[in-house]
Amino acid sequence: MTAPAQKTIEAPTFVGQSMPRKEDERLLKAQGSFVDDEGMHRMGYAHYVRSPYAHAKIVSVDTSKAEAMPGVIATLTGDEVKAMTEPLFQFAPRANGQQVVEYLLGVDVVRYQGEAVAVVMAETREVARDAAEAVEVVYEPLPVLIDGVAAAEPSAPVLHESLGDNIAWKGLFDWGDIDLALENADHVVKIDKLHFHRYSSTPIECNAVLVNWDPGTDMIRVVSNNQFPMFGALVIAPSMGVGIDQLDFVSQDIGGGFGIKINSYTHIGVLALLSRKAGRPVKWTEYRTEHHQSAGHGNERTFTDIEVPVTADGTILGFKMKAFDDAGAYLHYEPLGAVIWSQVVPGPYKLKHVQVDYTETLTNKCPAVPNRGYSRMQHIWFVERIVDIVAHELGFDPVELRKKNYVQPEDYPYTTPNGCIYDSGDLPTALDKVLEMIDYEAARERQKQAEGTGKRIGIGIGTTLDSGTNNFGQSRILNPELPFSGNGEACTAMLDLYGEIMLKLGTNPQGQGHETTAAQVAADILKVSPENIRVWAGFDKSHSTYIGFSGTYASQFAVTGINAVIGAVEKLKSEILIVAAAAFGVGVDDVELANGSARMKDNHEAEIPFIGIANMVFANNATLPHEIATSVSLTCRYVYVPKFEVPDTEKKYGNLTLTYATQTHAAVIELDEETGKVEILDYAIVDDCGKRINPMVVEGQVHGATAHGIGAALKETFEYDEDGQLLNSNFLYYHAATATDVPHLKTDHIESPSPFTGTGAKGMGEGGGAPVHTICAAIQDALSGTDAMVTDSHNPPERIWRMLHTPGERGVTVTSKTSDG
Amino acid sequence: MADPGASIQEIELTLNGEAVARTVSSRQLLIHFLRDELGLRGPKIGCDTGHCGACTVSYGGKTIKSCMMLAAQADGAEIETAESLASPGGDLSELQESFRANHALQCGYCTSGVLMSARFLLERNPSPSDEEVREGIRGNICRCTGYVNIVKAIGAIGREEVSA
Repeated sequence: MTAPAQKTIEAPTFVGQSMPRKEDERLLKAQGSFVDDEGMHRMGYAHYVRSPYAHAKIVSVDTSKAEAMPGVIATLTGDEVKAMTEPLFQFAPRANGQQVVEYLLGVDVVRYQGEAVAVVMAETREVARDAAEAVEVVYEPLPVLIDGVAAAEPSAPVLHESLGDNIAWKGLFDWGDIDLALENADHVVKIDKLHFHRYSSTPIECNAVLVNWDPGTDMIRVVSNNQFPMFGALVIAPSMGVGIDQLDFVSQDIGGGFGIKINSYTHIGVLALLSRKAGRPVKWTEYRTEHHQSAGHGNERTFTDIEVPVTADGTILGFKMKAFDDAGAYLHYEPLGAVIWSQVVPGPYKLKHVQVDYTETLTNKCPAVPNRGYSRMQHIWFVERIVDIVAHELGFDPVELRKKNYVQPEDYPYTTPNGCIYDSGDLPTALDKVLEMIDYEAARERQKQAEGTGKRIGIGIGTTLDSGTNNFGQSRILNPELPFSGNGEACTAMLDLYGEIMLKLGTNPQGQGHETTAAQVAADILKVSPENIRVWAGFDKSHSTYIGFSGTYASQFAVTGINAVIGAVEKLKSEILIVAAAAFGVGVDDVELANGSARMKDNHEAEIPFIGIANMVFANNATLPHEIATSVSLTCRYVYVPKFEVPDTEKKYGNLTLTYATQTHAAVIELDEETGKVEILDYAIVDDCGKRINPMVVEGQVHGATAHGIGAALKETFEYDEDGQLLNSNFLYYHAATATDVPHLKTDHIESPSPFTGTGAKGMGEGGGAPVHTICAAIQDALSGTDAMVTDSHNPPERIWRMLHTPGERGVTVTSKTSDG
Repeated sequence: MADPGASIQEIELTLNGEAVARTVSSRQLLIHFLRDELGLRGPKIGCDTGHCGACTVSYGGKTIKSCMMLAAQADGAEIETAESLASPGGDLSELQESFRANHALQCGYCTSGVLMSARFLLERNPSPSDEEVREGIRGNICRCTGYVNIVKAIGAIGREEVSA
């Protein structure tokens, strides 16, 4: 069991308050600084040359016409990149050394539509774009593979010769005894196939990078909106043959990320090389079409051969299935997704016996990258679908079946079959609450009344987990040789020369309000107002503090970031008290902080404001005892490290995540039989992320994640034709949810503090994809009385219409023991 | 900035109340002119097709998407951007204050465009219903807020719940 790493903040004034954000004023007044707002002296603009083919041999790349155009500064091709760099790091090469070979630009073969093969730099955006058109690339098309399941067949065309087949990673996860459970179960529900579709939360700001490889200092200044710059540095530095000390990552405001912006490191590398070649800074701002074709898509996963053992009383014993995850053409952050789902093996349920035969394949599609809910969402959707299908097929009430199988409040901390520890929660209460919010009984009544009207009513429930603060040691389940484990974050708290309080974070938020919540926490410790605390906006490697995990991703700031803040500010507080005690000539225990000063506990008149403390340390140190002047700095760095162990890679067993926030959603929908269109009539959410530092910020995250899930369930999908051409390569064809697509969202919360985080807070930003589960369940419910089965996570009107009007194979069978008749 | 090979045009327009005269490349988009030539940060670029609304500005009193027209077409126009809503060192406007109070922005990238659409809506319909607000901002995609708090913030103006 993990002990609390930090003490809870006592008697908070600001923690727990819905304070308006520090970030807002500059953003509302158009005074934010996003990458495209920045420029540099002698800067040029880059434009990529991209493959129109999904799979083709590159016969030749001729940049001569482009280079002859007025205003063109430089070009860079895949062959040049190959000559000056090493292939990119791969997480899980096979024992025999076989692996995907990828360079920063396409070399020899292109493997997805939109893959970059060259880049052009020119004086203006327009010239760069024209010149990219003038680069002549001769392709020889190759057979295209877009089906992530077929990719595993031995007969499939091989995308990467260096790998020998299309298997990015394969492994058997086996906990408990599923075969025994299937043998002894009263019912076995078999489902042929479930499919979670490809989509992206498509941040409105596309990727952007501004790089200057300074020829004088050899420093590489990277202004970008990458959301996990330290990961990017770890990948590209060895490829480029540079030291990480040469890389200065900078970002201030980032226009949404949702995981997708972890993936932009290849651009940072390419543009750095281009800047070095040109001897000038270069800026690249991604076009929306490029973003959709190449920036990264969420994981598409197909589940087959599903078997679910159920006892007569409705206890679901577990499941057995095969999973095929489609990584796309290259492994960017993947195949980490092949193990990250196992943070939530049983979902929110007490499933004991689980066997998953997991295969991650390569196809001629855009690389899959983390997208809000990364890998766990796909799995929990699967679990929620099987629970719902079991209820539907065996005639259980979906509410009662969930309640029966939930991890119960008294079970926490609950150890899952693979050794993960669910820290806290109260799912039955959350479910009761959310059903009350939609007036469940009235909705059921409404459903009855609607029968036969052509407008079906459906009620859906979705329970999900948002696992946060992951143990990077889980990557060793993919490859025991990997030198990664644990997690953490850094913060520096300091007084400046006149006693101003400053915080520097290792994170680079994309709207999560870190400046505000960090200040709330620090204000309570230092007994000042958050207004008195300057949290440096964004991240700048030259002055920010960081470790290898620093960044903003994977639902963890409330734990890793906030605990780093607490640690650093507590250190600063103790230094202030030491200095004040020395000045008063009393013990440290005799002084305290109040109103921006240190004062004697028994004589409040005797106080030294922070400016006085700073003065003594920074500019008047002869007034301090020498041993104190040489031992305090008022510049206090702290690294928070959650307590983790390296998992057992053989058994694939261990605690993979520190916290598990829960969300329980309920929706009432109306389904039009004639058109297949779904309208959401009512939508409610109960969130439980333990202690909330700023409830308003938490609620904002809940709203955002919910909108992504509703969009994904009904409107948003990336689909490829048989030639590997993306059919949704901009917002004209990819319907990102608008204000008229997202209904009013009713939100409420319960609070189950985490026993493992000191503050009781849990990470919660990803949201766990609950709306996808919920809408699918609601559609299934609306289709009650028909043979239709909801087997896909994406259900546009035409799919629903077909389910109703042209039913095919149900793909679901139930085998029940008949001894009792 | 020079665009070799492109024809050029002289344009004059009024931007946030000030006269501006420039020579522009005939093919330059208005959004690129506003950002790259005039250095504005309010209007932003989020798509290639006029769907996201991040580049929304006021053009002769109507809202337009500035990625959907050329700078040369703006000759003689009166354009206002989000920069016009409050002075750089001044207080937030009532609408901006309502966004702040209601947490109607997260990353802030779409915000300038949403504010311009919201102002246009409120000028014509001072007390819009939630449905009318949703219709009014339908052309602005926000990926962070799920629109819940944006609808609340704009509605609060009509309900006079905000004290700027």
